[in-house]
Amino acid sequence: MKRRSLIKAFTLSASIAAMGLSWSIQAAETIKVGILHSLSGTMAISETSLKDMALMTIEQINAKGGVNGKLLEPVVVDPASNWPLFAEKSRQLLTQDKVAVVFGCWTSVSRKSVLPVFEELNGLLFYPVQYEGEEMSPNVFYTGAAPNQQAIPAVEYLMSEDGGSAKRFFLLGTDYVYPRTTNKILRAFLHSKGVADKDIEEVYTPFGHSDYQTIVANIKKFSAGGKTAVISTVNGDSNVPFYKELANQGLKATDVPVVAFSVGEEELRGIDTKPLVGHLAAWNYFESVDNPVNQKFVADWKAYAKAKGLPGADKAVTNDPMEATYVGIHMWAQAVEKAKSTDVDKVREALAGQSFKAPSGFTLTMDKTNHHLHKPVMIGEIQDDGQFSVVWETEQPLRAQPWSPFIPGNDKRPDYAVKGN
Amino acid sequence: MLRLLLTLLLLMPLATQASEGEFFLTAKPAEQAQLLESWAAQPDSARLPLLENLRQGRIAAEDTRKVRLNNRLRGLIDNALASHQLLSHNSAIRLAAAQQLQKSAQPAQMAFLDRRFALEVDPAVHAALGLALANLQLGASEPAVRLAAVRLLGETGDPLARTRLEALLQPNAETDPGVRTAAETSLAQVQRKLLAGELLGQAFSGLSLGSILLLAALGLAITFGLLGVINMAHGEMLMLGAYSTYMVQVLLQRYAPGAIEFYPLIALPVAFAISAGVGMALERTVIRHLYGRPLETLLATWGISLILIQAIRLLFGAQNVEVSNPAWLSGGIQLLPNLVLPYNRLVIIGFALAVVLLTWLLLNRTRLGLNVRAVTQNRNMAACCGVSTGRVDMLAFGLGSGIAGLGGVALSQVGNVGPDLGQSYIIDSFLVVVLGGVGQLAGSLWAAFGLGIANKLLEPQIGAVLGKILILALIILFIQKRPQGLFALKGRVID
Repeated sequence: MKRRSLIKAFTLSASIAAMGLSWSIQAAETIKVGILHSLSGTMAISETSLKDMALMTIEQINAKGGVNGKLLEPVVVDPASNWPLFAEKSRQLLTQDKVAVVFGCWTSVSRKSVLPVFEELNGLLFYPVQYEGEEMSPNVFYTGAAPNQQAIPAVEYLMSEDGGSAKRFFLLGTDYVYPRTTNKILRAFLHSKGVADKDIEEVYTPFGHSDYQTIVANIKKFSAGGKTAVISTVNGDSNVPFYKELANQGLKATDVPVVAFSVGEEELRGIDTKPLVGHLAAWNYFESVDNPVNQKFVADWKAYAKAKGLPGADKAVTNDPMEATYVGIHMWAQAVEKAKSTDVDKVREALAGQSFKAPSGFTLTMDKTNHHLHKPVMIGEIQDDGQFSVVWETEQPLRAQPWSPFIPGNDKRPDYAVKGN
Repeated sequence: MLRLLLTLLLLMPLATQASEGEFFLTAKPAEQAQLLESWAAQPDSARLPLLENLRQGRIAAEDTRKVRLNNRLRGLIDNALASHQLLSHNSAIRLAAAQQLQKSAQPAQMAFLDRRFALEVDPAVHAALGLALANLQLGASEPAVRLAAVRLLGETGDPLARTRLEALLQPNAETDPGVRTAAETSLAQVQRKLLAGELLGQAFSGLSLGSILLLAALGLAITFGLLGVINMAHGEMLMLGAYSTYMVQVLLQRYAPGAIEFYPLIALPVAFAISAGVGMALERTVIRHLYGRPLETLLATWGISLILIQAIRLLFGAQNVEVSNPAWLSGGIQLLPNLVLPYNRLVIIGFALAVVLLTWLLLNRTRLGLNVRAVTQNRNMAACCGVSTGRVDMLAFGLGSGIAGLGGVALSQVGNVGPDLGQSYIIDSFLVVVLGGVGQLAGSLWAAFGLGIANKLLEPQIGAVLGKILILALIILFIQKRPQGLFALKGRVID
């Protein structure tokens, strides 16, 4: 008896959970669109705003009459910073909800765990975050930066006179595939620039690490040996204790600049940035970029955050992955209009060469073969108001090199998307 | 006429300063860098306000135009500013300037530093300037000057001195054998001092981590250790404490901005009251029905923890909230050239010890403490003697939860405040309590500091990830060997 009631309770709670996690608006003749971002757990600090940005973009497209005369219907699920759950949720989106496309993932480990599902079911994923490359699936479009669109230009800047002519490099990251691969590429790149192994230090911490005392002390020790820069691929909310510790131990940007690849305006909301002025971030977009498209984009977002009563709406900011989400959804909508269908194979074909006037101030183009956007690179310095001021940028958008030439064997890889890579 | 001339004379420095500022504003970065280098070599006290303003990213206090700076220019401004501050009448400013110049002085500034060194009367500034000068004199042409510089550098514990001496000892760098041997002795001297700083730094970070673990675990030492409730919702009590801190901060910002500096102090009683209140409510409604049924308690408290997390998500959102450090908890005290003790960590160590002391006094020196110990040791006998066991249970659980709330206030000053805050500390808390020995405050104290120091000793050797795994493996082995933990309760205890 007891066991039966336990089973009953279990099924009941499971169905309640399922109901709570995926909600959908009932409407006739809609196109369902999946949104797969962690709304809880260590990555929620970064991913929650991407979900809201996706909803805003969909609302805007719907206000203009939708796509091919049909309204878009968002299906939001919460994979809770839990990598296997990402795969489960994406299978649910593709098979039960039958969504036409999914916008989602932040960490590479989450993308790697959903990839087999998308390839098996021939789904379509738009991935909006800078990543390590080494991947080119026909079922994924990458609207974030590849290493040559972010990491390598950032290191080149640090080695330049304006960037402080760094001679030694402290590579600090969270322990998973993106930091490890990026650092592998960077190490090979630094070797090619004549930096010896003794001038490169590589350190990893677990997800959610919060005690950076030893690491900051080590950075200090390492920096005594010559002009040092820290290249941080720390992800999620660990960044807050890391920057707090840097400030408390008196490590200033003039002595040891930290350039971060996963810290944007959204992550800085949780930190007092006065002691951090001068530390750097490399992205393809900053909220402070001054152009009419961006002004409208930022204003729309602030109005949306206020209208929906999002937490912290009075201090709402935009950042690079939000821009990439926005661009991705618009490009997908354009491609669906062009293909006159949401069929994955037709949309994929229509996406090649699609272009969109992005808030970064550039017209971004989806490459004809490699599923990546051509993106400009910008390096920004943290200001005391939590914004970045651009200190360096490329003149033209760069074509992505997902297969980095700094990893041996990549020269034999094809420059078009193939399954199972 | 004379008056006009006088005003003109007075205005002159202002005018040159203004024009220099204008020129700087329009110059290219490379020109700006050259300008700053030349200013650093030939300081002029009239230029001091301009440099101070440049440090703030403007050319004059009332000028709204922003000067675009990068890190290289900021470094050069710091250096030029220090050069100018050496002309100050205030010896404290001169000392800070000389210390900055030890790091950043360039050979072009040598002539100026020489002059100031000869003129300096304050002994501390004189010594600091001597060191700044010695750094530059390593490149001098006369061996005697180099020898004196090398000897002087040996007196410091500065990590930069080590690098400079090492560079000197590179093959073909220093040719004079006398200077070479002196450099070798100096290097050994510096390295000894640096090693001392490093070891002290490791010990301090171990203590700091230990104090954080202790604060996280202390509440659990009462609810689990004394009452025997496997309290999976303990982490959420920490979280409630941290969110109370956030609320106090927000309310003060809105209604009493004057008191904002001391919000963590005001948050302490608030956090204690909120967590203790929630704890007591839980005890009365749920946990008291489950005494003596550990499995059900575990599931029930775990369910409560999920409910609390979700409630906080609904109230405050899933994202972390911003809890800022007040000024007196930011920054740190520089003990040795390579050892900075951050204020927030110092305060937390002191706070942890104070909370342990108070808890100990409460349990061992008050009537409530006596009752709690009596009830935990033999419930029936205590009830026979007229102790209201239900009330004692409630108060003890409230106390444990309240202390967890205090821990939450401290945690909010070092880490993130989010709905999942408790989840990241619950495992560590149980480790500390189990390792220390269930039912023992002293055990938790030793276990927390032991774990903290062991963690920090391992981390530099094998990295944070492996360190954590190794510590867990060691604890499992230890518990296998000694299930009662470090300190076992002696005497006729139940079970």
